[in-house]
Amino acid sequence: MAKHRGRGVASINYPIGMNLGGDPSQALVHSNPDGKFTVALSSIDLGQGMKSVTRQIAAETLGVPVADVYVDTADSDTGPHCMGSFASRGTHRVGNAVIAAANEARGVMLEAAAEELEVNAEDLETDGKGNIHVKGAPQRSMTTADVAIAAQFKQGKTISGRGIFLIPLSDVDPETGEMTPVSCYAHACLIAEVEVDDETGEVAVVEMNSAYELGRALNPKLVEQQLVGGAWMGMSHALYETTEPYYPDRSHGPTDFNEYLMPGPGDIAPHNIAVLERPAPDGPYGGKGPGEMCANPVLPAVANAVFDAVGIRIDELPISPERVLRALKTRGH
Amino acid sequence: MLEFRKEFFADERDDNLNEIGQPTQRQDILGHVTGRTRFYDDHAFDGLLHMKVLRSPHHHARIRNLDVSAAQRATGVRRVITAADIPVNLNTLLSLIDFGKDDEPVLAETVVHYKGEPVAAVIADTEAAALAALDAIRVDYEQLPSVLDVEEALAPGAPVVNETYPGNAFEYHEKYNHQKLRFGDVEQGFAQADHVLEERYQMSPIEHAPTETNGSIAAPETNDRFVVHTATQALFFSLGTAAKLLNLASNRLHFIGGTVGGGFGGKVDTLTEPLSILGAMLTGAPVRFALSREEEMQAGPPRGAERWYIKDGVMNDGRIIARQVRGYFDAGAYTRLSSYAVIKCTAHIPGPYTIPNVSSDVYCVFTNRTPATAMRGFGVTGVDFALECQMDKLSRTIGMDPIEFRILNAYRDGDMKAHRRAAKNCALVECCQVAAQKANWPIRDEFAKMTSLEGGGGDRAAIPQTVTDGPGAGTPSPQQAPVYQPPAAPIRVPPQPAAQPAQPDPAPTAPPPSAPPSPPPAQAAPRPGVHRFSSVVGTRRR
Repeated sequence: MAKHRGRGVASINYPIGMNLGGDPSQALVHSNPDGKFTVALSSIDLGQGMKSVTRQIAAETLGVPVADVYVDTADSDTGPHCMGSFASRGTHRVGNAVIAAANEARGVMLEAAAEELEVNAEDLETDGKGNIHVKGAPQRSMTTADVAIAAQFKQGKTISGRGIFLIPLSDVDPETGEMTPVSCYAHACLIAEVEVDDETGEVAVVEMNSAYELGRALNPKLVEQQLVGGAWMGMSHALYETTEPYYPDRSHGPTDFNEYLMPGPGDIAPHNIAVLERPAPDGPYGGKGPGEMCANPVLPAVANAVFDAVGIRIDELPISPERVLRALKTRGH
Repeated sequence: MLEFRKEFFADERDDNLNEIGQPTQRQDILGHVTGRTRFYDDHAFDGLLHMKVLRSPHHHARIRNLDVSAAQRATGVRRVITAADIPVNLNTLLSLIDFGKDDEPVLAETVVHYKGEPVAAVIADTEAAALAALDAIRVDYEQLPSVLDVEEALAPGAPVVNETYPGNAFEYHEKYNHQKLRFGDVEQGFAQADHVLEERYQMSPIEHAPTETNGSIAAPETNDRFVVHTATQALFFSLGTAAKLLNLASNRLHFIGGTVGGGFGGKVDTLTEPLSILGAMLTGAPVRFALSREEEMQAGPPRGAERWYIKDGVMNDGRIIARQVRGYFDAGAYTRLSSYAVIKCTAHIPGPYTIPNVSSDVYCVFTNRTPATAMRGFGVTGVDFALECQMDKLSRTIGMDPIEFRILNAYRDGDMKAHRRAAKNCALVECCQVAAQKANWPIRDEFAKMTSLEGGGGDRAAIPQTVTDGPGAGTPSPQQAPVYQPPAAPIRVPPQPAAQPAQPDPAPTAPPPSAPPSPPPAQAAPRPGVHRFSSVVGTRRR
């Protein structure tokens, strides 16, 4: 009876957005009279950070500080249509819609500033700190707040914008499967080290090392929370979770968290992550979407590590202690 | 620990932006960490009523009689809802994007198709009163034969799970019970390969396990509208589904959500909103319908089970030259979103590798279990498990390092993928190299120097001459070699009942002469009011 260590690897890619396209999202952006912006969406923040990432995208595009932008979502009376938060589509689809809306609002803002500063709008730039100034002449400047006041009360302009992003729906060939599934992919490679107890059949993940390529990381902290949490879910899927432990038999289905097991704090493995950023040509500032794909490589990496440790292939998930013990027994341990 | 490796692809990025790339604190963090963020269930209403549903105890049964009279009279009960109360009691989720046939009722009418299917709903003053009244509902069931295994469901004589799809499989393009992928000639590849490996993989159903279970509160608003606070992951999707089932103009519904306690794909199915809104309509009071943890785990949709058979041909030098995949998505009793997963998965095969001969048949199969739905990695997580375990076995078969083996086969910019689009923006090679570095996993110098930017395209950009299935091969027997048929002008196959019993294909004839791949068949002209072939995905309603 002993504990055996092993390492396993897996590498994957993952499509961003709904397969075949046809999944639009809209955004509306407008300024209040003080130059503070509201982004109206109907997209859902599941905890992944939808509100925050669209806020940063809007601020970057408008050329104002992030503190001057607030994202309001999701009220069907005020937020324009969005397909929803799934298929790793939030950042890519909604982010692009926000860029379109913010660009339109920025155009009006610069026109209003141009009128006040008596220059052409093309000659103006934003400093990202709440000021608009003439290119090459930063002293000829006014604040976005003053521009908004002038637009609202003097010029009668709405500093607002509409945006939609749509990759048109495409076809699938019935005979060959030819299709245009998505426009970009995220990538990952993960190495899991495990320890297998040949007496109890338990598998502990000891360490994970990984590299994830996600397009541009629009907010590195949000990326980190996804990758750390996603790898935990992958480890949980690999070793613990199922609603039907004897699938396809329906018996012994868990009904609460006493029976539906997941790794607890003591089971979490150290995870060393490298993030690579190859911007997606059509992503918002090159962003793709790390949310879904980060769990996927862990499952096979753990299975491959179990083989490396004890020489058994568990080709059925989850790799429960029962399955490990039965496989070891079959091999005559 | 997380590090950014900015040296990779640096010339493709402008790293000097103001807000993008900043670790800005979340807009909603203060509310979250102080417990003040309002989720759907934090909206207090005077006189809030509570809904609970009675669920089928059987995998498959006919409802001979449903008697709710005692429940209707029970203490605290305001209303009992049955199928007859639902204005349009049949839907399929993806009808909103015009994909598939309506196949699922909100409440069962004459037959229950899975253990846990809702049969009746009780609205009462308290949850306890609603639960107590469920016990007073009398249902006379006649149990029917059921099938729980995907391959058994496709076998001759299997019980019909879902009357809309009598062959127990979703119909693709009105002629196949699966989606095909054909690229090159896998049989020729297997014949040339130094080693051929065929393996079976299985993933069991998995629960999303969000902290907040599925739920909604619906309340009458002024001016004959209804406000709905919901945990949905897709606001307008759920609004549209509810409007269809209740036969309401969409602007009579005011959905509010956007802040959700975890979803992971399990909050797309609009499980509660139609009934909570109907409850508010019928009682004139606010109604809350929230799933218990047990319902969430056993009656709420899981990540569905998947079964995979993968056959690969590999050369001693490490090149994979043929990959054949057969996969079964266990949809459970109703389609929900599994039909979509099949197409997404087909686009993903053979994984992030350039393989000259690829073939797959992927099925969306109905069984008498809780309908499955989307979950993080939908359509890909299961097949990635299978493919990457297979990659490990292949590397050991030929005695090659598993990371070098992946780098060798990884797709590069300009390579043709099996779904016939050129790869771009690739980065698998770099991910493998960096992960190896981090784990102190030595790889040989030549592999450490490779890049996604080089080595692709050229010959690897070509679409190979491809073997497609002949007429009548709509349900190929898994163990059979594909029918060899010279690709020629498309031949329209008359629609067949989906999922006929698997029958042996005609004996293979001579290998095909060289010919370009068939062009896609012309679409039939749409006829109003009938199901017609959709080039998008399966059957489209018109």
